[in-house]
Amino acid sequence: MKRIYTLEDVCIGCHLCEVACITEHSLSKEPVKAFLHEQFRPISRCTVEELDGGVLSLSTTCRHCDEPDCLRACISGAIQKYDNGVVRIDTEQCVGCWSCVMACPYGAIQRNLTKKKANKCDLCPERKNPACVDACPNRALVYKEGSQK
Amino acid sequence: MNYVIIGNSVAAVGAVRGIRKIDRQGNITVISRERHIAYGRPLISYLLGGLVTEKRMAYLPEDFYETNRVNLLLNSEVVGLNTDKKQVKLAGGDTIPYGKLLIATGGDPFVPPIEGMTGKEKVFTFTTWDDANKLKGIAHDIERVVVIGGGLIGLKAAEGLHQLGKQITIVELADRILSTAFDRSAGRIMAKKMKASGIEVITEDTVVRIEGDGAEISGVTLKSEEFIPCDTVIVAIGVRPSAGFLKGSKVEVNRGVVVDDRMETRVPGVFASGDVAEARDFFSGQKNPMPIWPDAYIQGDIAGTVMAGGEKSYSGGLSMNSLELFKVPTISMGITNPIDPKEFEILTYQDMENYQYRKIVVKGNTLVGAVLVGIVERAGIFAGLIREKIDITPFRECLLAPDFGIIHLPKEIRNALFAPYGKVA
Repeated sequence: MKRIYTLEDVCIGCHLCEVACITEHSLSKEPVKAFLHEQFRPISRCTVEELDGGVLSLSTTCRHCDEPDCLRACISGAIQKYDNGVVRIDTEQCVGCWSCVMACPYGAIQRNLTKKKANKCDLCPERKNPACVDACPNRALVYKEGSQK
Repeated sequence: MNYVIIGNSVAAVGAVRGIRKIDRQGNITVISRERHIAYGRPLISYLLGGLVTEKRMAYLPEDFYETNRVNLLLNSEVVGLNTDKKQVKLAGGDTIPYGKLLIATGGDPFVPPIEGMTGKEKVFTFTTWDDANKLKGIAHDIERVVVIGGGLIGLKAAEGLHQLGKQITIVELADRILSTAFDRSAGRIMAKKMKASGIEVITEDTVVRIEGDGAEISGVTLKSEEFIPCDTVIVAIGVRPSAGFLKGSKVEVNRGVVVDDRMETRVPGVFASGDVAEARDFFSGQKNPMPIWPDAYIQGDIAGTVMAGGEKSYSGGLSMNSLELFKVPTISMGITNPIDPKEFEILTYQDMENYQYRKIVVKGNTLVGAVLVGIVERAGIFAGLIREKIDITPFRECLLAPDFGIIHLPKEIRNALFAPYGKVA
């Protein structure tokens, strides 16, 4: 399956992947509305981690594992792996127990504290490429066939 | 192949998926003594507290049993196993033959004999959907509850009942709540939170007598001779592997059903997984029950895979718990209370006021345990470091940082995890 990979050497820590992710998962899919006017701003499903004041940075996202630790830890069955390989959280079903946060060795699941729901990459089902990948100005995010590592 | 699985919770689900990845043809029969399809067992406290509806209890997509062609027998209790004839016996007297058998019966609540308990109506355990329903059904008749046991089940039951407006007292024999999964500081912080939320927590004491006339409870008397008025008692001392039906069979039962790394018992073709099983511990290598949800899935998956002729091996049980009480999240994993602290290095950060605490347990150059309270972000990275026995020397001083993440790991590891093939530095 296609997965999102990160080239950290060309990541400049601009956080545009996060902006694109939040926008894509908003109601309006427009950044200004998503960030300023919508009642619940989504939280980003990719995370730009930084060190040394941004000298070093990389964007981390879900690996859509073949045998997902998050799915195995999920107590409500909200996390399922679909036939196309995508691992998704059904937010209606999620109870916010954070077992997936405990289990994911990539640190790729976020806690949405406003909604008390776990939050993770869904590879943008309505798009050809995930929004973060399209938004990266340096092509530090690569969307291609590959395995989980 | 004719697969029979006794039990219908997460280990059974892992096994069904494990079997079907390899064998699309064989017959799978799942036998459950409960009347429900697989449900999120830990959700029963959420159900009790009114945080989830009955509809959300289902653990699986609606078409799971059909898609995987599972013959599901509900309301059926297995009472015996004959490994020579390769058949299991049901309570009604019927026998069911098997080619490969998985024992995934989970655990039964342990209820010690307590003076005055016999004949009392409102004494409950709290491990099944029906337990939650029973309590919910008589909630209008409950005012004051004593919960015996301050472990995960007791605390979640207490929280659920508190959400229904009931007055709760928790009585714990050990010197702190959560004594098995969490360490002293985390237990203290959570006890403080419980008390601040209006729940009484009594430690180093136990219920010696349940008082009251006839079926009614008027209160409990503690070992300290203190009397606590209540009308309902919840016994949440612990669970024991549900293996009673194996008495007289050739399957070895120690504290649980003893299995090897392929989840097979000493009787060829008979497997066990989940809370009923006793498999190898990640650290010690000794066999012990590991009654936690993620491990039950992993063990079920291994059993299913091996039963269907595939190869998979257990890397050892790693204890792991995520518990949120009154909006304070806690996650613990691995060795959190080293028995011989000399062999370990322990790093801690504590902010009692804000219910925040971090503890990292290191042995030599590897991480072996972690306790996080308040900020639990990216906790799983620690689980990965423990499992993979990663040398933590290069980032040791970063481990306590609340923003600890992938970026703190060495570049080779970062790239191995996230870089595309062919571009790895």
